Amino acid sequence: MTQPLLEVRDLHTVFSTKEGTVKAVDGVSFDLTPGETLGIVGESGCGKSVTALSVMRLQRPGKIVSGKVMFKGQDLTKLSEYEMREIRGREIAMIFQDPMTSLNPVFQVGWQVGEPTRLHHGWGAKKALASAVNMLSRVGIPSAESRANDYPHQFSGGMRQRAMIAMGLTTTPQVLIADEPTTALDVTIQAQILDLLRHVNREFGTATILITHNLGVVAGMCERIIVMYAGKVVESGPTKDVFAHPTHPYTWSLLRSIPRLDAEKHEPLKPIEGVPPNLADLPTGCAFHPRCVFRVDRCTRDVPALLRVGESQLAACWVTQAGGELTGA
Amino acid sequence: MHETSVKALSRAWTTNEPLVSISDLRVWFPVASGVMQRTIGHVHAVDGVDLEIKAGETLGLVGESGCGKSTLGRAVTRLLEPTGGTVRFKGEDITHIRGGHLRALRREMAMIFQDPYASLDPRQTVGDIIGEPIDVHRLAKGKERQDRIRELLRVVGMNPRYADRYPHEFSGGQRQRIGIARALAVEPTFIVCDEPISALDVSIQAQIINLLENLQSKFKLTYLFIAHDLSVVKHISNRIAVMYLGKVMEVAPASQLYRRPRHPYTGSLMSAIPIPDPAIELRRERFILQGDVASPVNPPSGCRFRTRCPRAREHCAEETPPLEAFGSDQWAACFYPLD
Repeated sequence: MTQPLLEVRDLHTVFSTKEGTVKAVDGVSFDLTPGETLGIVGESGCGKSVTALSVMRLQRPGKIVSGKVMFKGQDLTKLSEYEMREIRGREIAMIFQDPMTSLNPVFQVGWQVGEPTRLHHGWGAKKALASAVNMLSRVGIPSAESRANDYPHQFSGGMRQRAMIAMGLTTTPQVLIADEPTTALDVTIQAQILDLLRHVNREFGTATILITHNLGVVAGMCERIIVMYAGKVVESGPTKDVFAHPTHPYTWSLLRSIPRLDAEKHEPLKPIEGVPPNLADLPTGCAFHPRCVFRVDRCTRDVPALLRVGESQLAACWVTQAGGELTGA
Repeated sequence: MHETSVKALSRAWTTNEPLVSISDLRVWFPVASGVMQRTIGHVHAVDGVDLEIKAGETLGLVGESGCGKSTLGRAVTRLLEPTGGTVRFKGEDITHIRGGHLRALRREMAMIFQDPYASLDPRQTVGDIIGEPIDVHRLAKGKERQDRIRELLRVVGMNPRYADRYPHEFSGGQRQRIGIARALAVEPTFIVCDEPISALDVSIQAQIINLLENLQSKFKLTYLFIAHDLSVVKHISNRIAVMYLGKVMEVAPASQLYRRPRHPYTGSLMSAIPIPDPAIELRRERFILQGDVASPVNPPSGCRFRTRCPRAREHCAEETPPLEAFGSDQWAACFYPLD
């Protein structure tokens, strides 16, 4: 058993809002092993991004109220801001959904891509730029040497995302967190960026956390996934097992509700009824119970824990934990 | 002439002629520059499109951002006046109609927009949002109007009592239902759906797709369904047109387009769509396109896709390939099509 690189244990991150305290991340635990690609899937507001931001300690104005994020023997939640800066960008890098707003419009791309090495390795401008050019060409920017002098607005969306990835990789971090890295991009550009992330994972051995709402993307990218709903992990396991035999009704229903490109004949979709819950006013018991077709009495009262169901999966569901099968028309 | 045209629009369309036929449609936007804001060129948003939409069908329109698919939708519904070419609706040329005639057309066509947050006036009640088209076209007054609004809410799966509430009280999915009710208020025959589910949560999308399908069979609607998500478009459409840089690259029945694409762009688009099945993703062949979409201000000569096409040869730069038939219902614009 390989030692996990990153261990997140019972993480709780809250936000104060007009409507009261919102538990955006409500007891999330997972491991990331070296070199693997882990997918975090869920809908908007399920807490997947706040989980990643909390790992990076960028969750403000949210507050981490309890839990641990163990990385190389230290708890990141206990580090000072100064110590955290040594980790952030050097050992754990993050790329975001919108590459336009994450690049500074008034600096040349090459200068920005070189910034982590100037900051963390103390490299001079020339050396940092040379490594930035090298990295830009490795992520597939054509004529990288001259393009490094361009400003972000001269790059297309796909190229900006490539530049962000290059910036993340200059310090050869051990963990790369990609938060919806392709959501703002067209499908053919999405395919390019996903291919690049696969390549980065193989060539640099960087462990990747891929956050997305797109089940197709995780199917092609991740060895393991965790599924989040209303701030909690509701299911986790090897991607192929979770897709073949989902053990949480949310995962099960979600997979049936999306149209597939390879569907042979036209069948009506099977939607999940209702809407995702308001985090400031969660239902009692399991947060998914008002929309769940398998719910039993207990689901409305008690919150299920994330426990082993089947060979390789964990699920937070009273029904499947008691041996219930998820089947139906 | 005016009188007869209005009548022609409102008669039922039962012939085998296409409900909408678009020929050589062009929509160009001027690009201004300098202190004098002189026009220095044009964005060729839609540049010579021929398409037919049959009564009762759903024609899907796919393509990447900037390919002109939304502009085409707006030109067909005359929210934009085309630069050139013609749009015929029920046999009538509607390309440049104005005044009362255009108003009459607005009773026949409706549009559903992408963003359910931006497309509803926050200061109007849901009832007034849905009632506005009824008032504009003087379709009903007083109690009859109220009954109609309540009926429309029921039709889209909402509680009729919500008529007195405001848009902010509703979720994205419910707002899109309100947008659909408003579109249905004029009892249109043809609806352009412009990315109607892209802004919605994954678990809500299926509800709206099913609603649109049910409404279509209930009211015999014809849809032009514009979206970038090919899985959704394939699910809902009878036929699909693929656009690239202002031109239609391929048109085919939905399943045919997936099974046997003829245009290299369609082929790469299909292979770029992730399928939510790890077993299939693992053994799928990927054709990853290089580079980015070229500029619509100075589109490439000849075939517009040639700058990214793995099959492009010299000839592709010299001449623009026309749409050619492959069998009875598939057309592709390519000199070197896929087998």
